[in-house]
Amino acid sequence: MSLLEVDDLTVTYRTAGGDVPAVRGVSFALEAGQKLGLAGESGCGKSTMALALLRLLPRTARYTGEIRFDGEDILTMSWGRLRAVRWAGASIVFQGAMHSLNAVQRIGAQIAEPIRLHSKATEAEIRRRTGELLEHVGLPARRADAYPHELSGGQRQRVMIAMALACDPKLIVADEPTTALDVMIQAQILTLIESLVAEQGISLLMISHDLSVLADTCDRLAVMYAGRIVEEGPAAAVFGDARHPYGRALAAAFPRIGDPASRRRPQGLAGDPPDPADLPSGCTFHPRCPARLDHCDKLDPRLWPAGDDARAACVHVLPDKGLSLVAKESA
Amino acid sequence: MSAPILSAEDVHVEFEARRGGGRARAVDGVNLDIAPGEIVALVGESGCGKTTLARTLLGLERPTSGRVLHRGTPLAYSSKALKRFRRDVQLVLQDPSGSLNPRHTVYDAVAEGLRIHGDVPNERERVADALSRAGLRPPERFFLRFPHELSGGQRQRVVIAGALVLEPNVIVADEPVASLDASVRGEILALLLRLRDELGLAALVVTHDLGLAWNIADRVAVMYLGRIVETGPVEKILTAPEHPYTQALLSVLPDAPGSPVVLQGEPPDPTRIPPGCRFHLRCPVLASGAAAAAGVDGACRGEDPGVLAGGTAVQAACHYARTVSSSADPAAVVRP
Ligand SMILES: Nc1ncnc2c1ncn2[C@@H]1O[C@H](COP(=O)(O)OP(=O)(O)OP(=O)(O)O)[C@@H](O)[C@H]1O
Ligand SMILES: Nc1ncnc2c1ncn2[C@@H]1O[C@H](COP(=O)(O)OP(=O)(O)OP(=O)(O)O)[C@@H](O)[C@H]1O
Ligand code: SF4
Ligand SMILES: [Mg+2]
Ligand SMILES: [Mg+2]
Repeated sequence: MSLLEVDDLTVTYRTAGGDVPAVRGVSFALEAGQKLGLAGESGCGKSTMALALLRLLPRTARYTGEIRFDGEDILTMSWGRLRAVRWAGASIVFQGAMHSLNAVQRIGAQIAEPIRLHSKATEAEIRRRTGELLEHVGLPARRADAYPHELSGGQRQRVMIAMALACDPKLIVADEPTTALDVMIQAQILTLIESLVAEQGISLLMISHDLSVLADTCDRLAVMYAGRIVEEGPAAAVFGDARHPYGRALAAAFPRIGDPASRRRPQGLAGDPPDPADLPSGCTFHPRCPARLDHCDKLDPRLWPAGDDARAACVHVLPDKGLSLVAKESA
Repeated sequence: MSAPILSAEDVHVEFEARRGGGRARAVDGVNLDIAPGEIVALVGESGCGKTTLARTLLGLERPTSGRVLHRGTPLAYSSKALKRFRRDVQLVLQDPSGSLNPRHTVYDAVAEGLRIHGDVPNERERVADALSRAGLRPPERFFLRFPHELSGGQRQRVVIAGALVLEPNVIVADEPVASLDASVRGEILALLLRLRDELGLAALVVTHDLGLAWNIADRVAVMYLGRIVETGPVEKILTAPEHPYTQALLSVLPDAPGSPVVLQGEPPDPTRIPPGCRFHLRCPVLASGAAAAAGVDGACRGEDPGVLAGGTAVQAACHYARTVSSSADPAAVVRP
């Protein structure tokens, strides 16, 4: 049994302007101790997917499908049980959260609060645990007395990671943990996350728009486009030899310094990501796809085996490029 | 190199420190030349002074000492002289969503530059021309749109069109793609390259992204704590850097060869620039003993490696690099 199994998950936001299908049938599994990276353009549904894992979305969001954490279905479990999972099972480092620390409370108190709420530890134990957590993420224990504004962005992100570790979770979901941080600080935070998950055998789901960072940190990568995973496989395969044209375009957007192929040749992708409320027919990527075939606007391909332990949702990996499927559908 | 179109000559820019303390030496002695048609990338950690230097080159900030030269003539800071200067040297701002007025149409946003300069004849034609050069075609389709009706990449193109409408010879772009998606970023960079090839447009691109420099720049200048510490052609500096700081920056990139040299601590404070080499407190070459073995550790701690000269030569402001390397030319160094 995998630690986390997501099966045909959909999330739709109800808005005044109509339904927004933000996640449209996502399935994947994450094994204990494994690190999975989730990439994709802004708006493709990464954060929605992450928040759905612990039912943290606003009331306007409707879910279908299944999310099993340690064998239990998150979408149907009771509130009491869900609170327990959020407390001791999985924790999320939210996107941009380092900017949302409480400005008027010392960071030590902010780290201590959930420990106090959820355990019977004494004040002295809580203080010791808070100090330990800070040291663990590379901040001196005495910084517990600091207010958020006295810390740099990188230090605040370390505090967020300390909070995520407070309950010894089995899974950490980190949504854009290094975006907007400087290269050197980014390297510090990534090294920290990597060593923490390795030491404690924690599973990691890391979300980023930067495929190169994910490829470096994670075992497996999934690429999302318009609410679906369109490519998934071992990190090196997805980054180095993507089979979906979108995955290829995303990988090519991060040049390897020293590679003559990208020198004076920036690689981009024309067009804009689709509006989730108004998706193109067939393969949602077809209007921007450099490898489009005539029937791509008719066939909506689902993930199909593409190489070793990898899958892609593109007619190019389907048997006979999906032509027989198109014929069957139109018959 | 042909005569530079825009130069910094021993530029210093100081600010009153924000929270007491000494003065912040945000730019602390910089020589930099940009030749016609040349793309120069200015890279370095947050707070090292890139934006301050760029603003100074644009005449938006006055140097505390040193000077900015436009086609060999020192900048004059009267509003009339600056207006004339801006026709030739244009700014492209960071963060497209922040620099466009949400209540102005695309047409007005681009025409604004012309109106400021009183260039009313052919306005429509010139706006259309700038938009299509920035890749928004057919331009008429965009005239009446508002920023919120555009994608991030399209907004960045509008900002670029606004800079192009005056037909400048140089643009200074501060993080032009930092807020864009990876797939869109390549399109904007390709646009900058095409503008250089078609119009001979020179550019100073400020970025913390070394991959961007590899993608489009001819030359790169690496800034650390107010100084350019290494400079030269992109192929050389990004594949065989000699300054330990540049080496560290490159080593932490996700797909860099070898093991990463992660510098600890925060980027240092321009109100307290260390003596000797300003990088010495974080320098892995000094910490490992390699500088001592080469007999330069005393110099690292006590002697300023100096201000690098302008021009296109390969240079590194590092005592160690100068003793072990052949290509860093000590003669190119201007002693402070
Ligand atoms: N509360 C909400 N109500 C309606 N639509 C929403 C809501 N939150 C997100 N969306 C929409 O759902 C889609 C997916 O958003 P999501 O935040 O999951 O994207 P993302 O991949 O995390 O993007 P980014 O990289 O910008 O963080 C987008 O089209 C977004 O506009
Ligand atoms: N107007 C000002 N008053 C006081 N200090 C300033 C001012 N502008 C900049 N500084 C300081 O000067 C230093 C250089 O700032 P600058 O914005 O040039 O850095 P940067 O390299 O562009 O950084 P980033 O990559 O974060 O944009 C910083 O320490 C900054 O705090
Ligand atoms: S001069 Fe010395 S301290 Fe400075 S970068 Fe070179 S080796 Fe390091
Ligand atoms: Mg998100
Ligand atoms: Mg800046």
